[in-house]
Amino acid sequence: MIRTQRLTAGVCALLAALTAGIAFPAGAVADETTATAPKVDLVIDVSGSMRANDMDGQSRMAAAKQAFNEVLDATPEEVQLGIRTLGANYPGDDRKTGCKDTAQLYPVGPLDRTEAKTAVATLTPTGWTPIGPALLKAAEDLDGGEGSKRIVLISDGEDTCAPLDPCEVAREIAAKGIGLTIDTLGLVPNTKLRRQLSCIAEATGGTFTSVEHTDELADKVNQLVDRAADPVVTPVATTGAEQCAKAPTLKSGLYTDREEFGQQRWYRVDVEPGQELRASVSVSADRAVSPSYGVLLRAETARGREIVRGEAAGNGRTDVISTGLRYPKAQSDDEDEDTATAETVCLQVTHSFSAGSGVQATPGLPLELTVDVVDGPSQSSDVASFGLGRGWWLLGALILAGFLAGLVWGWLSRWRVAVWRTN
Amino acid sequence: MRITRVLSATALMLGLAVTPAVADSSPSPSPSEDSGAPTQAGTSFRTATEIEQGQTATASASTGDYLYWSFPADAGQRPTVKATVKLPDTHAAETWQIDVYDGLRRRQACQYGAQTRTAAAGGTPSGGASSVELACVLRTVHAWSEPWANDPLPGTYYIRLTVVNLATSDLGLPVDAEVRVDSEDIGGAAAVDGSLAQPLVPGAGAISQGGEEESTKEALLASLEPSGGWASGWWSDRWVWTGIGGMLAALAGVGGYALTRGAGRPTRVPPGA
Repeated sequence: MIRTQRLTAGVCALLAALTAGIAFPAGAVADETTATAPKVDLVIDVSGSMRANDMDGQSRMAAAKQAFNEVLDATPEEVQLGIRTLGANYPGDDRKTGCKDTAQLYPVGPLDRTEAKTAVATLTPTGWTPIGPALLKAAEDLDGGEGSKRIVLISDGEDTCAPLDPCEVAREIAAKGIGLTIDTLGLVPNTKLRRQLSCIAEATGGTFTSVEHTDELADKVNQLVDRAADPVVTPVATTGAEQCAKAPTLKSGLYTDREEFGQQRWYRVDVEPGQELRASVSVSADRAVSPSYGVLLRAETARGREIVRGEAAGNGRTDVISTGLRYPKAQSDDEDEDTATAETVCLQVTHSFSAGSGVQATPGLPLELTVDVVDGPSQSSDVASFGLGRGWWLLGALILAGFLAGLVWGWLSRWRVAVWRTN
Repeated sequence: MRITRVLSATALMLGLAVTPAVADSSPSPSPSEDSGAPTQAGTSFRTATEIEQGQTATASASTGDYLYWSFPADAGQRPTVKATVKLPDTHAAETWQIDVYDGLRRRQACQYGAQTRTAAAGGTPSGGASSVELACVLRTVHAWSEPWANDPLPGTYYIRLTVVNLATSDLGLPVDAEVRVDSEDIGGAAAVDGSLAQPLVPGAGAISQGGEEESTKEALLASLEPSGGWASGWWSDRWVWTGIGGMLAALAGVGGYALTRGAGRPTRVPPGA
């Protein structure tokens, strides 16, 4: 009887575990993939110049198509991939029409490899090179969702649609969307193209690659798509205030903000006694800035007394300048635990980037702030470990002290014996 | 010996099992070191690729990229970061640099090592550099320091490798990079009293806030630990030194006593007294 009961109980438990195991994670995964799936939009230049036969003996277009086929085969399941063209449809000479020529070839979503490949096969080099408008549209394609977003731009010629500077377009896109990066690939070793494409990449924290062979192109695009699939922490957007009193209160996490030249940003963090505040800040140089720069992060009390600061300065080519600080708040001496209240620490961020007159000041430079409040402050009562020593001098000193103590003790006992004897 | 190997392998497998980010990024999680070495690099602090000490990580990249890796370093270690960049056949003069940042993204000084190096133009008849080798020996990591100090503390460290001076014609050319971190164990000489509440691992606060379940689902800023876990900080060879010193002092004390106390009774006392 008991045995059967046990058996049924066991079977039930097993069944419950199995169903829970099957049903629960599946649901959780499905929810997660739709909301946080990484999105990639491949933007390909289909302008007339793609006809040129200089990629391993075939035309740039043929090379791009071959590379795309390889990329579509290798795209990880979780990545939502889309394809957008620029200059694919309008063959005429009218600049105005030509500069609007960008179309969605394959919508961003779960990838149907055959369909996407068929769509790519139809491409023929045709029109202008409207990079700026294409980037704007691509950013719209990627709208929504919380996963990382990446635009991969493949082009063989600089933008032919001035005055809309694609570099500034990229910066504005990056300012609007969180976690959006633009990677660029140039198919022609041309200085002007290099400048423009690397400017676009740097404006969003992406990379620029100059490609001269078909296999390089496929490898690089694959690498970029894989990079999008890597799980990363998506920062939360926040807006710091001009002064501490109006500043937003932050909890542990990763935040982004924008800070213009000469601006200061304030944030507040609550630190309870016995906790340690750790904050670090990075300011990215997403445009042409003067070669010397710095960043200062200060922690102040609500009354304006500086507790600790982190500062960094540098010069030369850089993507980011960063610094951090640590503030362990001692355990309160009050015996009554309830009276111990959290202290509000004000964090002030200022940077000393500067730019020439031609450089746009808005949107501000991207700022990344990490805040960690961990339990238990660090403490130390002595520089040495538990007051212990080490080294030959320590041994020598101990031996000498021991020897002298022995001498004195021996002499004392001898003296005592002598006194006792004489009495 | 065999037991330690088995133990470390188990620890490593456990580590792989509980850190989904790591398990995902490496196609075949296995306890052997080199097969799991990362073959790519991150492009920002946030996306830095995690490597372990003693692993040789490789990455193919473009000239002008900023490449980021991160590694854990514990108290008593003095890490040495080495990087090699293989340059394309034809290139102008380029200056490469490695910078190391701690878990708070504070730049850490190199004691010595060629942190910055310029490669002569390659592909010319006179020849030129086909690779650049960089090195950075960090200061010894201490278990504790004042909050106002910039001393290296146990936790995550970031490596940034980039070209700092280049001609526009070199922008975007493919390069191959290789980094490796090894550390020398300094031992008790670096031991201090006190320790951090938690190692300086970015995102530690968010994990303790969200609880274990939440954190394992999400991507983490840094998840790697030193192979034996973070040191608790109470052991150092100073115990041995001080213990031996105490015993020697006791012996010397006995010796000193025997010397002045003399053997047996004092000489002035007559026998039979």
